[in-house]
Amino acid sequence: MAEFLFEIGLEEVPARMIAGAEAELRRRVVAMLERERLVEAEPGAETAAESFATPRRLAVRVRGVRERQEDAAEELLGPSAKIAFKDGVATPAAVAFAKKAGVVVEALTVVTTAKGEYLQAKVVRAGKTAAEVIAAELPKELAGMYWAKTMTWRAGKPERFVRPVRWLLALLGDAVVPVSFAGKASGNITYGHRVLHGEAPVVIERPHAYETELEKAFVVADVEVRRERIRKALDRVCRGVEGARWREDAELVETVTQLTEWPTVLLGGFEPEYLTLPEEVLVTVMRDHQKYFAVEDAAGTLAPHFLTVLNTEVNAAGEAVIRHGNERVLRARFNDARFFWEFDQRVPLEERTKLLETVTFQKDLGSYAAKTERMRRAAAALARRVPGVDAPALDTAARLAKTDLTAELVKEFTELQGVVGGLYARAQGVSETACAAIYDQYRPVGMEDSVPRTAEGSLLAIADKADTIAGMFGLGMEPTGSKDPFALRRAANGIVTILAQGSLPLTLVEVAEAGAEGKTELIGRMLGFFRERVEFYLREAKGQAYDVVAAVLAAGFEDVRDAVARAEAVTAVRVASGSGGDDFAAVSAAFKRMKNILAQAREKGIEVPGRVDEALLLEPEETALAERAGDLAGQVDALRAAGEYEGALRAIAGLRPQVDAFFDAVMVMVPEPQVRGNRLALLARVLGDFSRIADFSEIVTAG
Amino acid sequence: MEASGTKKKALTFQELLFTLQRFWAERGCVLQQPYDVEVGAGTMSPDTFLRVLGPKPVRIAYAQPSRRPADGRYGENPNRLFRHTQLQVILKPPPERVQEIYLESLEAIGIDLREHDIKFEEDNWEWPVGGAWGVGWQVMLDGLEITQFTYFQQCGGMDLDPICGEITYGLERIAGFLQDVDSIYDIVWAVEPDTGREVTYGAMRLPEEEQFSAYSFDYADVEKLWEHLRLYEAECLQLLERGKAVLGPGPGGRGREADSSATLRNDNQDKKPDVLTVKRFPVLGAYELALKCSHLFNLLDARGAISVTERVGVMARIRTLVVGVAKLYAGQGAAVEAAAPRA
Repeated sequence: MAEFLFEIGLEEVPARMIAGAEAELRRRVVAMLERERLVEAEPGAETAAESFATPRRLAVRVRGVRERQEDAAEELLGPSAKIAFKDGVATPAAVAFAKKAGVVVEALTVVTTAKGEYLQAKVVRAGKTAAEVIAAELPKELAGMYWAKTMTWRAGKPERFVRPVRWLLALLGDAVVPVSFAGKASGNITYGHRVLHGEAPVVIERPHAYETELEKAFVVADVEVRRERIRKALDRVCRGVEGARWREDAELVETVTQLTEWPTVLLGGFEPEYLTLPEEVLVTVMRDHQKYFAVEDAAGTLAPHFLTVLNTEVNAAGEAVIRHGNERVLRARFNDARFFWEFDQRVPLEERTKLLETVTFQKDLGSYAAKTERMRRAAAALARRVPGVDAPALDTAARLAKTDLTAELVKEFTELQGVVGGLYARAQGVSETACAAIYDQYRPVGMEDSVPRTAEGSLLAIADKADTIAGMFGLGMEPTGSKDPFALRRAANGIVTILAQGSLPLTLVEVAEAGAEGKTELIGRMLGFFRERVEFYLREAKGQAYDVVAAVLAAGFEDVRDAVARAEAVTAVRVASGSGGDDFAAVSAAFKRMKNILAQAREKGIEVPGRVDEALLLEPEETALAERAGDLAGQVDALRAAGEYEGALRAIAGLRPQVDAFFDAVMVMVPEPQVRGNRLALLARVLGDFSRIADFSEIVTAG
Repeated sequence: MEASGTKKKALTFQELLFTLQRFWAERGCVLQQPYDVEVGAGTMSPDTFLRVLGPKPVRIAYAQPSRRPADGRYGENPNRLFRHTQLQVILKPPPERVQEIYLESLEAIGIDLREHDIKFEEDNWEWPVGGAWGVGWQVMLDGLEITQFTYFQQCGGMDLDPICGEITYGLERIAGFLQDVDSIYDIVWAVEPDTGREVTYGAMRLPEEEQFSAYSFDYADVEKLWEHLRLYEAECLQLLERGKAVLGPGPGGRGREADSSATLRNDNQDKKPDVLTVKRFPVLGAYELALKCSHLFNLLDARGAISVTERVGVMARIRTLVVGVAKLYAGQGAAVEAAAPRA
C-alpha cells in the first residue's frame, strides 16, 4: 500500500471553474482507482482522498493504493457449443475463442445458459501494476473532464482543455508513475509561486510532503486553508481602522481564494468626498469591478476604505506601492461613476420615458415603452385586489421603472439596473413609495435575495415578471430542459418567493390573469409553469420532502403562502415524536388504501353514491368511522378556516383507531351492491372531507 | 509614490514603446508599422486578423492607434480616449513560456514584480463581426488592467491551427501607471534631452480628442456616413464576388457555389487561373473596404444614428464582409501554397 499523488499544472484556470474541477478530478481519480481494484474502500466508507487546487494546479492524493491489482479469475463466454464443435472436433470458432482467451482448446468447457450451451474459458487475469493501470487510465479521466469553456493550443489540436497544461506530477509512494497527457510526461516536479518562488522546480519526494513543500515555495495548495487565511487576514488588517468591519461577502471571498496562491490582504482608502455618491454605486465598483471588500464603520455606514486581496507578499515599501496603485485605479473608477451620475441627472427620468420607444425589449414584443404600458395595466389590475396600496405611486413607479436603461450609469454598471432608477427618482423628487418600488423591482435576484420592501415594490416586480412570462409564453418561448435564455424560471421563482414571503392577498391565478390580460389558454399554460415553480420553491427554499410537496399541491397551489403553511404543518405533524407521527403515517396509509379501493371500483364501473345512507351501515366499525369522521369534519374545517393546519392535521390523525378498526373488520367490496356502494360512499366522503389541506395518499409511508 | 519615486525615473510614453518593441524584436518579432486605415483595435489590423489564418508561423509586433468614436469624451475625461494606442504582439504558434516571457517584458519596462501584485484573471475576447474569438486573461497589475492576453481560437469563423498567442498592451494605461499620473493627458510623451522640456500626451493629442469627439457626436453627417457605408460595402461585396470567381469558393463552400462562380469568369473558363492572377487578387484591398465599413458603423453608432433594431442587421452586413474576406484570404493562401514549386 502506498500513497498516490497526482497534480496537473496549468496556466491560470478561471476562478469560477476551479472548485468544480477540483471536485471532479478527485471524484474521477477515486472512481478510477476503485474500478481498477487499486483501492478498496471499507464497506460503507469512502476512499480516503484529499484534493488541492490553486489557479495554476489541481491535485488529488489518495491513501492506501495497492502496488498492483490482485489476480482475478474470469470466466469468458464463447461461441455456442453447436458451432464450436462438429462431431467432437473443434471448429475454427472454438480455436479462435481459445486463442483470444489465451488457453488451449482442451481447457474449454461447456456451460448451459438460458440461451443454450456455450463454450467457456476460465482464465486468470494477472493483476497489473498500479503504475501500468494509472498510466493507461488517468489520461482518459483528464480528457473527460468538464469545462465550461475549452481551448486548443497544440498544433493539430490533439486535445481541448481549459488552459494549456504545463506539467504533470504523479507519484506512487516515492516512485514516479509515468502519466502522459497533452504532450507532457509526469515527473516528481511541481512549481511554486510565479513571482515569490520563480521558475525553479520544486521536487516532491513523497506524496505526503506535497503541501508542505509547496508552502515553502509560496503556494497554499489547500483551498480551505487559503480561504481561512484570507478571512483571518481581512479581520486583522481591518483592525487598522478604528471600529471598522469588512462587509461579509462569501462570494467574493470565494473568488479571491481561487485567484490567489499566496494571499495577503492590504488596506486602502479613498477620498471621503466620494461618499456623496450612493453607497450602492461605490460598493458595486469596489466589489464587482475591483474585487475589493467594502469597509463599514461601527454604525454600519460605508467608510472610505477598502480591502484588497493580493496574490503576493511584500514588505512595507512594496505595500505602499501596491496600495497607491489600487487607490489610483479606484479613484479613476469613482470619477467615471461620478461623471455618469452627474451626466445622467441632466435628463430626468420623466423625459427618458420617450427614449424607451427606441429600446427593444424583444423583437416580437416591441420596445420597453410598450412593455411599460403593459406593466402599468398589470400593476393596476393587481393593485385593485390589494387593499391599502398607493395606486398612483405604483403607476408612477411602473411608468418610470425601465427608464434607467437609458442611463449611462446603468450602461456602465448593468447590475445596478433598478437601483439606479430608484436613486435618480429620489434625487428628482419622485414620491418615496414610487422610488422604493423602482429600486426594488428586480428583487429577488436569486433564492437568497430579499423581496421588495413594500407592497408597491412587490406588485411592480410581479407585474414586470408576469408580463415577461406572458409575453414569452405567448410567443411559444417556454423554457425547455436546461434552456431558459430569458430566465423565465427565475422570473417565476421571483413571483412565488414574493407571494410566499410577503403578505399580498394574491393568488397565482390572479397574477397569471394580470400578465396574460385575459387570454385563457395562455393563463392555463402559465399556471402549469407556476405550479412547477411552487414545487421548486417548497422543495429547494423550504426543504420540504418530495411527497409532502406532492400531497400539498394536490390540494391546491394557487395560494402560495397557504401552500407553504400547509406543507410546514404536514411536515411538523409527520415528524412529531410519539404517537402523533405514527397516527399520521397510519392514517396516510389508510387514505392511500381508500383511494386505491375507490379507483378500482371506478375501473370496474361500480357506481359510488353521492352520499352515505346511515341505514345501510351494518357493522359497528363502519358506523363508528362514519360518526367519528362526521364529528371531526366540522372540527377540521373550523381549524382549517382559521389557518390552524397543524391542529387540523392532528385532528385528522385522531381518526386512526376508527380507520384501523374499519379496515380490520369491514370488507368494502362485498357482493351486495347497496352495501358495497354505501361503503364506497363512506370512503369517498372521508377522503373528500380530509384532503383539503393535503392529499395524504401522496405521503410515502414505510412498509 | 515615494517608494518607487526614489528609483530610476519612469519611462516616457515613447520610451515605453521603444522598450517593448526592442524587447519583442529581441525575441524574434518583426516590428511592423501601424496600419494606416482606421481600426477599433490592434486585432483588426491585417497583421493580426489575416496573418493568424493559415499554417505559416508568425511573430510580429506593432503599435496600433485604435479609434473608438463612442469612447470619446471631448478630452474632458482623464481616463477615456477616442483614440488610444495598443501594442500588439502576435506569436503563432505561442511559445511554451509565453506568460513568463510576457512577465519579463514588464520587468523590462521597469516594473519590479516583487513589489507589485499581478494576477491573470479570466477574460475571453470575442469580435463577433469578425467571427473571431479566443480565451485568455486580463492581466491585472495592482488592480489595473494593463494587458489583454488571448489565445486566438477562431478567426473568420474558421478554427485556427496552429493557434496564435496575442498580447495587447494598453500603452496609455501602462504609461500612466509608470509615471503615476491621474490623467492620461499628463503623461510625459518625450523629454527634450538638451532642454529637459517635457512634451505631454495632452500637448500631442488633446486637440484630436476634442475635435474628433465633436465630429463623431455632433458634426458627422449621418446621411453621408450611411452613403459611405453603402459605397464601401458595395465595392467590397463586388470584390468578394470576383474573388470567389478567381479563387473558387473558400474553405467549406464547394459544389453549387463553384458552378456559379465559374460562369463569372470571362476568359479561360475551363482553365484554372494562373498563379499570378491568384496572388494579385486584392483580398487585402477588400479587407480595407470592410474595415472602412466597420469604422463607419462605429461612427454612426456614436452619433446615435443606429436604432437597436437596425443594429443587429448592420452588424450582420459587416460580418458578411469581414468573414468573407477572411475565407478568401485563407483560400488564396492555400492556392498560392499549392501552386508553389516544391523545394
